[in-house]
Amino acid sequence: MSTAIANVEHYLEAFTRLPRTAEPDWLKQLREDAFARFCQTGLPTTHDEDWRFTNVSAIAKTEFELPVDPPQLSAADLSAWKFPASAIELIFVDGQFAAEFSTIGSLPPGVQVSSLKEQNTKHSNAAKEQLGRYLNVERDAFAALNTAFISDGAFVHVSRGVVVEVPIRLLFVSTQAAAPRMVHPRNLLVFDQESQATVIEEYVSLGGGTVLSNSATELVAGANATVSHYMIEREKVDAFNISTLRIQHERSANVASHSLLLGGGLVRNNVHPVLAGEGGECLINGLFVGEGRQHLDNYMHVEHASPHCSSRQFYNGILDGHAHGVFHGRIVVHKDAQKTDAKQTNRNLLLSDDAQIDTKPQLEIYADDVKCTHGATIGQIDENALFYLRSRGIDEISARRLLLMAFASECLERMAAGPAREYSERLIHEHLLKIADHVTTASASVQNRSWEEVG
Amino acid sequence: MSLLEIKNLHASVDGHEILKGINLTINPGEVHSIMGPNGSGKSTLAQVLARRQAYHVTAGSINFLGKDLLEMKPEEAACEGVFLAFQYPVEVPGIGNTYFMRSALNAIRKHQGLDEMDAMDFLPMFREKLKLLDMDEKLMNRSVNEGFSGGEKKRNEILQMAVLQPRLAILDETDSGLDIDALRIVANGVNALRSTERGMLVVTHYQRLLNYIVPDFVHVLVDGRIVRSGGPELALELEEKGYSWTEGARQPEPASA
Ligand SMILES: Nc1ncnc2c1ncn2[C@@H]1O[C@H](COP(=O)(O)OP(=O)(O)OP(=O)(O)O)[C@@H](O)[C@H]1O
Ligand SMILES: [Mg+2]
Repeated sequence: MSTAIANVEHYLEAFTRLPRTAEPDWLKQLREDAFARFCQTGLPTTHDEDWRFTNVSAIAKTEFELPVDPPQLSAADLSAWKFPASAIELIFVDGQFAAEFSTIGSLPPGVQVSSLKEQNTKHSNAAKEQLGRYLNVERDAFAALNTAFISDGAFVHVSRGVVVEVPIRLLFVSTQAAAPRMVHPRNLLVFDQESQATVIEEYVSLGGGTVLSNSATELVAGANATVSHYMIEREKVDAFNISTLRIQHERSANVASHSLLLGGGLVRNNVHPVLAGEGGECLINGLFVGEGRQHLDNYMHVEHASPHCSSRQFYNGILDGHAHGVFHGRIVVHKDAQKTDAKQTNRNLLLSDDAQIDTKPQLEIYADDVKCTHGATIGQIDENALFYLRSRGIDEISARRLLLMAFASECLERMAAGPAREYSERLIHEHLLKIADHVTTASASVQNRSWEEVG
Repeated sequence: MSLLEIKNLHASVDGHEILKGINLTINPGEVHSIMGPNGSGKSTLAQVLARRQAYHVTAGSINFLGKDLLEMKPEEAACEGVFLAFQYPVEVPGIGNTYFMRSALNAIRKHQGLDEMDAMDFLPMFREKLKLLDMDEKLMNRSVNEGFSGGEKKRNEILQMAVLQPRLAILDETDSGLDIDALRIVANGVNALRSTERGMLVVTHYQRLLNYIVPDFVHVLVDGRIVRSGGPELALELEEKGYSWTEGARQPEPASA
C-alpha cells in the first residue's frame, strides 16, 4: 500500500501545479472530482478483479512528470508517420496538438474537427455537455487520472446525416523522454443521428524512454450512426500505454471498434460500449501481437442496457518470446435487455513455450431471454500446414509469415473496406514479417487446447 | 543419369522402424507404382522423399538428379523438382488458392533463376490447368482446400502438380475415394504430364487406377520392404490374390538399372 500512497502524493504535486486559469469552471470541477476519486482508490493492484492479469506496479513505482518544454520537431521527423492516404489528420506531440504538422483542410459542412484544448479555452461550452459524461471514473482509476489531467486531444463533431468520406486520423507521438513522462490524451467524438465516419487513434514513439500514455476517448454514436474506430498501438517496447474507449450507442447505432496492439511494453486496452438504445450493434475486433517481454491486455466491458442489441467480440492473439497476452471479456446484460445476442471469441497462437495467454470470459446476465456464447482457443502454428506449404517450394520463413498473416487476416476481414483497413493490413504485414523471421522451429508436437461453452 | 536412386533406405518415426531397406531406381520417363497393404510404409516413403523432418532416416541414401536428397529441406526438394500429391491434402484457412499457387510457382522459378510471374501472366496459364482438371475457377477464390470435397482436394493436388511441373511426381493414393468420373479426370491430368523428362511414383491400393495410368513397373511394399517387382501384370495378380502370397518373398534386385 505504501507505494500506492506515495504515488498519490506525487500525482498531487503535479495536479496542484497544473495551469488552469484559461479553462471554464465546469472543467475545473470535473478535474477536482476526478482527482478526489483517484486519491481514494490509488492505482489498481492484481487483487482488483479487473486487473487480475496485469500488474501495474511498474507504473505505480515511477514518478512521471507532465511534459514541460514542447520539443522542436521538423516536418521531416514526422514524415514517416503521416497517413499514406488522404485523411483529416490531427497530430499531437507529447500530448499537445501540433497545428503545424496537422492537416485539417477545409472540412465539409457539418463536420467539426479540432483540438479539445482549443475548444475548452475558446468556445468554453462546446464540450461541456458530453465531456466526462460517459467515462466511469468511479470504477477505473486510470480514467479518473486522465480526467484529472485533461489537457489536449481531439474534439470531433459530425452533424446529423453527414458522411465523412476520409478517415479522421489522430496521431499521438511521444518524443524521447530523458525523465519519466506522462501524457493524458482525451478525445471527445460525437456523431449525430445517421452520420457516418471512421476515426483512427494511433500511438507511436519518436524516441525511447519511460513514457506513460494514459488516454481516454468518449465516443457517442447517435441513432443510426455508423462509426468505425481504430486503436493502433505501435510505441516502443519501453512505453506504458493505458487506453480506454467508452462508446455510447444510441438507438440502432452501429459501431465497430478495431484494436491493433503491435507495440508498447505494458499495454492495457479497455473497450467499454454501452448499448443504451434498442437495436444497437457493436463489433469489437482486435489483434494483438507480442514478443520479447511485451504485456498486452485487452479488457472489454460490454454493457447491454436495451433490448434487441447485438455485440460481437473477436480477438486474435499472436505471442512469441516471453510475451503475455490477456483477453478479459466482461459482458453485462441488464434486466431489461431482452433478446440480447452477445458473442465472444478469442483465438491465440503461441509461438514459444514461454509465451502466455490468460483468457477470461465474465458473463453477468440479469435478463432471461438472451443468447450469449463465448469460446477461446490456444494453439501453435499448424505443423501440417507448414509442411504442406514448404513441400510446394515456399521457404520456411515465408511459410510461417503466410500462416501468421492468414491467422491475422481473420481480424482484417472484419474491417470495412477502405483506407483504414488497407493501412491496418500494411502495418500487420510489416510487423509479422519481423516476427516470422525470429521464430525458430517450434517443437514438432502440436498441442491444441480449446474450449467452447454456451451459456 | 537416373532421376531417383534410393539405396538401402531405413526410416523410423517416433522410434519405430517403418522402412527397412528400400532399393528403388526411377529413370526419366518411367512410371513406377507402389502397392502394398495398410501400414506397410508407402506414405512414409513418400513423406521421406518430400523431406518431412518427422521421419528420421537411419540408414541408406537417396540421390535425386545427382544430388543428395537427404541433405535437402522440403522447400529445397520442391525447388529441385520433387512434388508430393498428399494422401490427405491439408486445409490452410486464410490463404487463397490462387495466391498460394503463384507464391509456390514463383519460389520455384526464383530458384531456377527465372523471373517471377505476375498475375497477368499467371492467370491464363492457371486457367488452362483448371480446365484440364475440370475445376471451377470459383474454388480458387477460397482458402487452400478449405471446405473442398474429398475429390476436389485430390484434383487440387494434381492441379498444383500441373502448375509446378516437377521432375518427380509422387502420388500418394490420389485415387482413393474418387468416383470413376473423377478418377478419369485425375488420370487425364496425370497422363498429360507424362514425359520423357519426368518420373512418377504412383502409390495406390487399387489396380483400377493403373488401367488409366499404365505404369512401367509395379512394386509390392510389405512391412517396410519391397518384396516383389514386375510389370503392370503384377497389379492384376495382386488384385486377384491379395498380398498374402507375397509374404516371405525375398527382396528382389532394384527394378530398373
Ligand atoms: N507418428 C507415428 N508414430 C508411430 N507410428 C507411425 C507414425 N506415423 C506412421 N506410423 C506407422 O507407420 C506405419 C506405416 O505407415 P504409412 O502411413 O507409411 O503406411 P501406408 O502404407 O501409407 O498405409 P495406408 O495404406 O493405410 O495409407 C504404420 O504402421 C503406422 O501406424
Ligand atoms: Mg498411406
